[in-house]
Amino acid sequence: MNPRDTILARIREALRAPAARHNAPAPSAAAGDETAAPPSRSFTGLLPRVGPGFEDWVAAFAAASRELRTEFVLCESEAQVRTELIRLRDAEGWQRVAAHAGPRVKPAVEALGLPVWWTDGGYDKHALEQCDAGLTECDALVAQTGTVVVTSTSAGGRALNVLPPHHVVLAGREQLVPDLPAAFALLAERYATAWPSMISFITGPSRTGDIERILVLGAHGPKKLTVLLA
Amino acid sequence: MTSPAAAFKQHARTLTRDLRHRHRIQTALGKYEVKRDEMKARFQDWEGARQAAAAIKSEAIHHLDRYLEEFAARLEARGAKVHWAPHAEAARQIILGICRDRGARTIVKSKAMTAEEIHLNDTLEQAGFAVVESDLGEFIVQLRGEPPYHIVFPAMHLTRGEIRELFARELGDAPSDSPEELTMVARRVLRRKYLEADVGITGANFAIAETGMISVTENEGNARLTAALPRTMITLVGIEKVLPRLADLALFLPLLATAGAGQLLSGYNTLYGGPRQPGEPDGPEEFHVVLLDNQRSTILADSEQRDALHCIRCGACLNVCPIFRHVGGQTYGTTYPGPIGAVITPHLRGLRAWQHLPFASSLCGACTEACPVKIDLHHHLLQHRRNARTQRPIWWEKLAFRLFVGVVNRPALWRLSLALGRLGQKVHGLVRGTRLDPAYAWTQTREMPRLAPQSFKQWWRQRSANRAGRDSAEGRGPVGP
Amino acid sequence: MKITLFVPCFVDALYPQVAIAVVRILERLGHTLEVAEDLNCCGQPAFNSGCWAEARPVAGRVLDRLRAAETVLVPSGSCGAMLRCFYPALFAGTPREAEARALAGRVFEFAEFLVDRLGVSDLGARFPHRVTYHDGCHSLREMHIQAAPRRLLAHVRDLELVEMKQVVCCGFGGTFAVKFPMISTAMGEVKLAEAQAAGAEYLVSCDSSCLMHVQGLIDRQGLRLKTIHLVEVLATS
Repeated sequence: MNPRDTILARIREALRAPAARHNAPAPSAAAGDETAAPPSRSFTGLLPRVGPGFEDWVAAFAAASRELRTEFVLCESEAQVRTELIRLRDAEGWQRVAAHAGPRVKPAVEALGLPVWWTDGGYDKHALEQCDAGLTECDALVAQTGTVVVTSTSAGGRALNVLPPHHVVLAGREQLVPDLPAAFALLAERYATAWPSMISFITGPSRTGDIERILVLGAHGPKKLTVLLA
Repeated sequence: MTSPAAAFKQHARTLTRDLRHRHRIQTALGKYEVKRDEMKARFQDWEGARQAAAAIKSEAIHHLDRYLEEFAARLEARGAKVHWAPHAEAARQIILGICRDRGARTIVKSKAMTAEEIHLNDTLEQAGFAVVESDLGEFIVQLRGEPPYHIVFPAMHLTRGEIRELFARELGDAPSDSPEELTMVARRVLRRKYLEADVGITGANFAIAETGMISVTENEGNARLTAALPRTMITLVGIEKVLPRLADLALFLPLLATAGAGQLLSGYNTLYGGPRQPGEPDGPEEFHVVLLDNQRSTILADSEQRDALHCIRCGACLNVCPIFRHVGGQTYGTTYPGPIGAVITPHLRGLRAWQHLPFASSLCGACTEACPVKIDLHHHLLQHRRNARTQRPIWWEKLAFRLFVGVVNRPALWRLSLALGRLGQKVHGLVRGTRLDPAYAWTQTREMPRLAPQSFKQWWRQRSANRAGRDSAEGRGPVGP
Repeated sequence: MKITLFVPCFVDALYPQVAIAVVRILERLGHTLEVAEDLNCCGQPAFNSGCWAEARPVAGRVLDRLRAAETVLVPSGSCGAMLRCFYPALFAGTPREAEARALAGRVFEFAEFLVDRLGVSDLGARFPHRVTYHDGCHSLREMHIQAAPRRLLAHVRDLELVEMKQVVCCGFGGTFAVKFPMISTAMGEVKLAEAQAAGAEYLVSCDSSCLMHVQGLIDRQGLRLKTIHLVEVLATS
């Protein structure tokens, strides 16, 4: 028997023994039970509460960002986004940046007047490593947790949003969703026919507490995460 | 060779006396508890969340064959290769084979308890590959040549001073003992490795059946880089990590982060569903997922303990366990320490050699209370004790309990033994606290309790007799039992 | 209601004053009481050691004797848990399983009985000391007793109740205390440190076994902290 069949046979054999009382599967959770409520709807009532409207969501995302040390700026207009980017460029002394040619991010990056390393269509990883910042779009922002959702198809690949020391996200208001169940629903709707090879839920800059449980940012991923919401 | 039980006791003796260690671990875990409690309180219904998660995991393992087949099929449809490893050796050979086929020289790894479990690093290094642990805590203990202390915080037991000395010695680079600067040293060293490595190996926290994806949770971003840059990506994942649906993660990711670290979500929760897809600018050319059984199907067959497969490796049970806090993670001598380790190690490595772990517990139940997926941990320890004694009774223990039964079931013998005990107490004083003391295990550190001059039942009998006497003298009927 | 008192082995032998206090309190409240005089042990030592075959004869006798008992009171969270929570497991798959489950519904620890069943919280007791309450693990996590003892202590005159920062096992754990004495002792030391940090003069619990272990450490180390069973505090006036 090949290894796959060996394992599957072991599992089937193992499951012949009925579950002990405290282990029994919950009745409505049986696979293929169409009458069971879709799980994501019921999780919302268990997880931390998020208010009903956009204002609540912005407030929640802002509060989470403060805790996470994510720099979050709610911009009134595209013009303000450009201003913020110029401020960052000058404050941090960016020499070159990396980005992908998304409709929102491409014009904003070009307006910086810096050499840009575009990742679309493939790139040299050593060159990417030398960039001061990676600028991307995202699929969603999650108010409940202060999370940025990116994928390998919508944010310039896997490395762009994690290799450069500063990750800057350009997002639109319509992308702010209230909670995690909503984020997963959005992904399913968008990608069910063709899933990207990577989806990442980014919650704050890179961090570690491995040394004496002291928080340090920028362990391997970006030391700084900026979210510009317009 | 010292038996695992003897080694455990030896290390426990040393560490329980080390007050600096005790203080350090209590402090670290105290901080964790504050954050965890804050985060639990933010949930609208923490208990409901545990219940829902337990139900989903139960569903997953009770249909494990079907979900694994679905998982594999969807992954393969996207160009990934799925390998099935019935045991540790098979997994090692599969991974070695992939590394050889792909002409690897440098391998970068992110944290994977399954890789520890099968001793993967040793195998790869012996075969001539350079393996670098990228998780900071794992990187540190790898440099020290020791096993991780805790499944989530591998270097929890070390001070910044010790880490500085380590970096100075092994890396030639340690400007100060500030955690920030030490982390930056590691960052610099490891960035070169990510760029050089041909193969990236990760573990997985979950395996999503519905969409054929693995989910990796981390804070540092090292797994993100391990999965982004090398040409070949390998993920080793236990078969029990299956979740039925992608949307289940909306519950499991915050549950894992809250119970494990007192965070609402960890820094990076990432799904990987295949190698680089057409149109994607980067990503590995090949993505291999190795499904590991290695006795998990044996645990599944144990209908009493099958819920141990719910485990999401959050570490919450370790964090609350008073035994873990006092003896530390390395004392267990296992891949998985703490309460979950005491439950699954007898299944993974055999009850006979590892039964001391279920016995090394006061059965306080803090672990069961803390477990986000409602594994009945402390009761499983009791079951292991029963199984151990059923399989191989200890004749003198059985005899001692038979005698005890004989005595407690015969009131006259019970009274007699109390009387003898009162006599014995006087004699005991001569040897008490010395090596000759049969109660040395107690008296080494504690005074013995004294038998009361009159037992409760003696008092009760006397009082009833007095009342009966009084009542008959006054012409009343008998009272009392 | 007819109350049957089950007196655990160590209460009978070492701490009779605990059971005597239970008797006095219940009689003062006007209840009739009988004692299961021929029962000396719940069988927990053998059970916890994994020797379930040796525990069953002891437990079986308890089932026999208590079959007709309406209400069983146990002045110990740990033995109460054995009768209520573990007898069903011990007899699972045997002909006596149903009996064990039936008994479980009639077993109460003393503090929970007073507060939850009799609705009594004030016994007119007076204990002018600073006191901290230790939740024995069986009481807390198997019998789910946490509020009742505190409610009773709140009504004791001149008693100041302080809480320790951690809710954690004292380290007794039955045979664990002698099988892994170094860990048991370290855990006990943490408990003592917590009680002292809270400024308590007395450590109070519903479990004499916990108190036995903690008192043993106190006596060896010559500390000023004292231990006392909850029932003894309630019997004061």
